[in-house]
Amino acid sequence: MSALELLPLVTYGELFPEGITRYAVGGAFIGLGIAVVYLGTAIIAGASTFLETTLSYVSNQSRFQQSRFLASRDWRVVFTAGIVLGAAGYWFLILNPVWEVGFEAAAWQTDVQLWRLLAGGFLVGVGTRLGKGCTSGHGVCGVGSFSQTSIVNVATFVLVAIGTAQVVMAMGVQP
Amino acid sequence: MSDQSPLFMPLIFVGGLLFGVGLAVSHMTHPEVVLAFLQFSDLGLAFVMGGAGVVTMIVIGIASRSGRVAPLTGTPYGRRLKSMDRNVLYGGTIFGVGWGLSGICPGAAYASVGVGNYPILVAIAGMFLGAYAQGYWRSARAADRADVAAGD
Repeated sequence: MSALELLPLVTYGELFPEGITRYAVGGAFIGLGIAVVYLGTAIIAGASTFLETTLSYVSNQSRFQQSRFLASRDWRVVFTAGIVLGAAGYWFLILNPVWEVGFEAAAWQTDVQLWRLLAGGFLVGVGTRLGKGCTSGHGVCGVGSFSQTSIVNVATFVLVAIGTAQVVMAMGVQP
Repeated sequence: MSDQSPLFMPLIFVGGLLFGVGLAVSHMTHPEVVLAFLQFSDLGLAFVMGGAGVVTMIVIGIASRSGRVAPLTGTPYGRRLKSMDRNVLYGGTIFGVGWGLSGICPGAAYASVGVGNYPILVAIAGMFLGAYAQGYWRSARAADRADVAAGD
C-alpha cells in the first residue's frame, strides 16, 4: 500500500485532537519571553543551565564553580521564579480563576508514575548538561539562530525520545 | 555584575513570566502532552517549538544584524553558537531517553510547579541529581587531567 493511499485515513482531528491554537500561541509567548531578555541584555536564556548554576550555591565541585556559572546564577533564579509565577498566573487567574473554582479544582497534577518522573528527570539532568542545552536552549534559541550544533542535538533527542516513548508504550506502561 | 542596570533583574523576571505563561498556555506543563506528541496521538508540540522558534528567529536574526548593543548590558547582539563535539550527541541521546520516558524537560518542569503539579517536584529533584552527577563526574575527570598534566 502506498503512502498516498494512507493519507486520507489520517485526519487533522486525529493529529491535533486539541487543535493547534493553544500550542502556537503558547509557543509564541515562549519565544516572546526569550526575545524580551535578548533585546534587553543580549543574553540567550535557556532553562537548563539553572540546574548547574543553582548547584554552585551548594557544591564546591570545580564544574559548578566556573565563573560563567557564578556570574549568571542570580539572574537564572529570577528567570526561573518568573517561569513558575507566569505559569501560575495564567493557570490560576485566567484559565481557572481560583476565586470561582477553588484551588483544588484549579490545580492540575500529572498521572505519570513517580518512577518515570524520577528516572526521566535524572537522565534529563545528565543529558541536558552534557549536551549543552535543552528543549528551550537548543530547541528554540539554537534552532532559531540556525545553530548546526543545536539542530544536531535536537534531531538526536527528538528521535531518541520518540523511540523511547514508543517502546515504553509498547511495553504497556500506563500512564 | 556590579555595573548592571537596575532594570536588569526586572527585565529578566518579565522574560521569565512570559516564558512561563507560554508553557502554561501550550500545556507543556503536562508531561502527558509531551508523551502524546512522542506517541503520535497529538502533534501539537511541533507548533509550540515552531511558534517559539519563529519569534526567536526573527528577533535574534534582526538584532544580531543591527550592529547595536543591548541597552541593559552594553553587550553586542550576536549569535552565540555552542561548539560541536561528541558530548552534543551523547547528551542529546541521554536527554532523549529521559524526555521519552518522563515527558518532562527543565523549563516545562519549573512551569509545572506553577500549575500546582506537585508530583513534578520528584522530576525536578531527579534533574538536579542528574546535573550533579554529571558535574561530579566532569570535575573528577578534569582533576585527573590536571594530575596527568602536572606529572608530565
